[in-house]
Amino acid sequence: MAGSNPNAKPMNLTLNVWRQPNRTAPGKIVEYHVKDISPDMSFLEMLDVLNEDLLHAGQDPVAFDHDCREGICGSCDLFINGRSHGPEKGTTTCQLHMRKFSDGDTITIEPWRASAFPVNKDLSVDRSAFDRIIQAGGYVSVNTGGAPDGNEIPIPKEISDRAFEAATCISCGACVAACKNASAMLFVSAKVSQLALLPQGQPERKTRVENMVAQMDKEGFGACSNIGSCAAECPVGISLENIAILNREFLAAKATSNNLA
Amino acid sequence: MLLDSKIPEGPLAEKWEKHKFNVKLVNPANKRKYDVIVVGTGLAGGAAAASLAELGYNVKAFTYHDSPRRAHSIAAQGGINAAKNYQNDGDSVFRLFYDTIKGGDYRAREANVYRLAQVSVNIIDQCVAQGVPFAREYGGLLANRSFGGAQVSRTFYARGQTGQQLLLGAYSALSRQIAYGKVKMYTRSEMLDVVVVDGQARGIVTRNLITGEIETHAAHAVVLATGGYGNVFYLSTNAKYCNVTAAWRAHKKGAYFANPCFTQIHPTCIPVSGDYQSKLTLMSESLRNDGRVWVPKTVEMAERVRQNQIKPQDIPEDERDYFLERKYPAFGNLVPRDVASRNAKQMCDEGRGVGSTGLAVYLDFSDVIKRTGAEAVSQKYGNLFAMYEKITDENPYERPMRIYPAVHYTMGGLWVDYNLQTTVPGLYATGECNFSDHGANRLGASALMQGLADGYFVIPYTIGDYLAQTPPKPVDTSHPAFAESKAFVQARTERLLSIKGTRTPTQFHKALGHIMWEYCGMARTAEGLKHAKAEIQKLRQEFWQDLKITGTGEELNQALENAGRVADFLELGELMVDDALHRNESCGGHFREEYQTPEGEALRNDDEFAYVAAWEYQGDNQPEKLNKEELTFENVKLTQRSYK
Repeated sequence: MAGSNPNAKPMNLTLNVWRQPNRTAPGKIVEYHVKDISPDMSFLEMLDVLNEDLLHAGQDPVAFDHDCREGICGSCDLFINGRSHGPEKGTTTCQLHMRKFSDGDTITIEPWRASAFPVNKDLSVDRSAFDRIIQAGGYVSVNTGGAPDGNEIPIPKEISDRAFEAATCISCGACVAACKNASAMLFVSAKVSQLALLPQGQPERKTRVENMVAQMDKEGFGACSNIGSCAAECPVGISLENIAILNREFLAAKATSNNLA
Repeated sequence: MLLDSKIPEGPLAEKWEKHKFNVKLVNPANKRKYDVIVVGTGLAGGAAAASLAELGYNVKAFTYHDSPRRAHSIAAQGGINAAKNYQNDGDSVFRLFYDTIKGGDYRAREANVYRLAQVSVNIIDQCVAQGVPFAREYGGLLANRSFGGAQVSRTFYARGQTGQQLLLGAYSALSRQIAYGKVKMYTRSEMLDVVVVDGQARGIVTRNLITGEIETHAAHAVVLATGGYGNVFYLSTNAKYCNVTAAWRAHKKGAYFANPCFTQIHPTCIPVSGDYQSKLTLMSESLRNDGRVWVPKTVEMAERVRQNQIKPQDIPEDERDYFLERKYPAFGNLVPRDVASRNAKQMCDEGRGVGSTGLAVYLDFSDVIKRTGAEAVSQKYGNLFAMYEKITDENPYERPMRIYPAVHYTMGGLWVDYNLQTTVPGLYATGECNFSDHGANRLGASALMQGLADGYFVIPYTIGDYLAQTPPKPVDTSHPAFAESKAFVQARTERLLSIKGTRTPTQFHKALGHIMWEYCGMARTAEGLKHAKAEIQKLRQEFWQDLKITGTGEELNQALENAGRVADFLELGELMVDDALHRNESCGGHFREEYQTPEGEALRNDDEFAYVAAWEYQGDNQPEKLNKEELTFENVKLTQRSYK
């Protein structure tokens, strides 16, 4: 017993899980049952129980991505009962605990649904599109060595804090999965804002936003229609304000640069 | 083999400068003729891959994650040390060096640690230039906080997510080199062997985790940055995928494994709640700046709180024992990790532990909340408090946190010389994967420092020395050693799949973890270690007879991946036990109950054990051979560590 709820009873649950052998094969929902689930388990520990049961029964365990299990690596990415990372606000799947569910519940578990995130197997998807967007310009071009002293450029605390808030994106893809257009605007805007706010980001400010947006479009993400479900479902609270900053940065860059890409 | 640490001659403060001048350089036009493999893309690997590519080498970088931004460096919370002395509180390169040597209980190499302290200041500059949003003061300058084992404020941080921000800095530099085509990035690729040609590391064998394909890759040098092996204990604060496989395969190909028993137990983790538990979560050591550690003064009161008959916040002050403040008035709650952990265990052994299991102590913030307000505390620790509440369903603003020690970091690792080269020429080890800088105990906020020091500022110089002496001829995988390695990996994969027994990889892993924690954890005895050795041998035998996994090798098969890693842990575990058994002293994280002072502190034996134990593989199920690198201390006096 870890939590403050000593009366919490073990639960029995029905799981509807998306099973798909590989990228090209068709997938389907398969029903499973798990028993004696402690409310203090994390959601992934509940899936561990299912997978141990499946292995013992000689069946293939459900593939899913996870690693740190403390909400920071951004690996876990389950679409639970129609919501990115499940029902709890501001929470990754690994930090979602079973006390948020009730005995007898049926839980539907799917992978992120977006054509830019093809399914590898079962619940694991390929998010390399995000890496390619960062490679298009999500950095400051400084080589190792020769950097000036860290205190050479004072940065107002408010600016630094805002940049930090944007920089906390964990690249999980919940924003894309939550968006009816499968748009990656929140992800892209977080990096663009972080570097546009900071003095270090100024020299490449225009090319960065142009190149990252171009790559985002190329990857097949949808357009933004300002609904805001991305920010509502973001597990680390990346603000919608970043998308406003991205739009402004993009227009300013387009209006003043010669880059027609 | 004679262990040559290649420590440069001359005064401590001049060694690195002189060495940088003395190492051979590769001419800029020739750098593009050299290929370097970097395995792992955490702080050490990401920084190394980016920096080597910037210099002009062709880099192939590998990670088993779906993206090079997910390595477990990302989870480091508290901060990164640097001897900037921005706070005007008496810090210096020498003081950081001294604190680190002392904190490591005099089992680290002076020259390496001094270099680490020297380049620490460059790391901060580099990260700021990349746009890492460190915490700042209102005047716009960088902020610092204090950390365990130090009496100065030298820790730079980004709220409770410093590792994330530093890793994203390295990832951004790496991404830039991928875009330039100087780094070829292989994601979801797990290294399963090192290829050695004529005594030199010339490549690796990997398994593509999506397709299952076994691939070979050639290069002029191989850099391992594959992290630590704390998951040998099953439950640890490491990420679930963290494993020893890359380092272990290198070990079996000739790289010595140093001080494997030096593991760090972190004092402030969320306690275990049940058998299903898959990992433990750390609460940053920075919390000990403001949180006060205590247990009830009496066993009777502890029993009442365990039975939920009284809330901890209702226990009166005079019924509480702030045991760290009581025993160590100079450092108080900020004693080093090993000291804090052992004391927590001692309190629980006395029957004064709290929580339903009695295996926890309190970390209490009520004083600081009274003093500065909840808002100020939230500013500093908000995300940590939120995480604690999510996991335990308890509000730490109202009720003291429950904490207990958990395995967190491994100071041991592949033996490397001053150039970070292992005993296999051309094979390097960086970051937590090597043994070099933390001795028998690592100080808080020093792991990030070491990872980035190795990656950004050491390996780019030292690897050039080796490459300059290697002909710039193209390399390929045609040598029979590649086919041999590949066949070995394929055969092993097939063997794991063909056992078709009854127990899953996780069951074996949990059983191993139980043995390791019980007998090779916070307190060790000769008798217990001998028992553990026999138990591990038995378990390993059962593993190869009774393992159960499903599916094939030609697909995404996470049970197969896990089985391979557990198989290597089952071998490493025995070596850890051997190492712990042979080291008849207590030092840092290695506490042998037979060797303690009357006050229960670790009792070193410098006359007999001031050396690095570097173990040499002799064949499967053969005892490993012990090689020693004597440690000489010319700049610090070996004393009994005292934090009183």
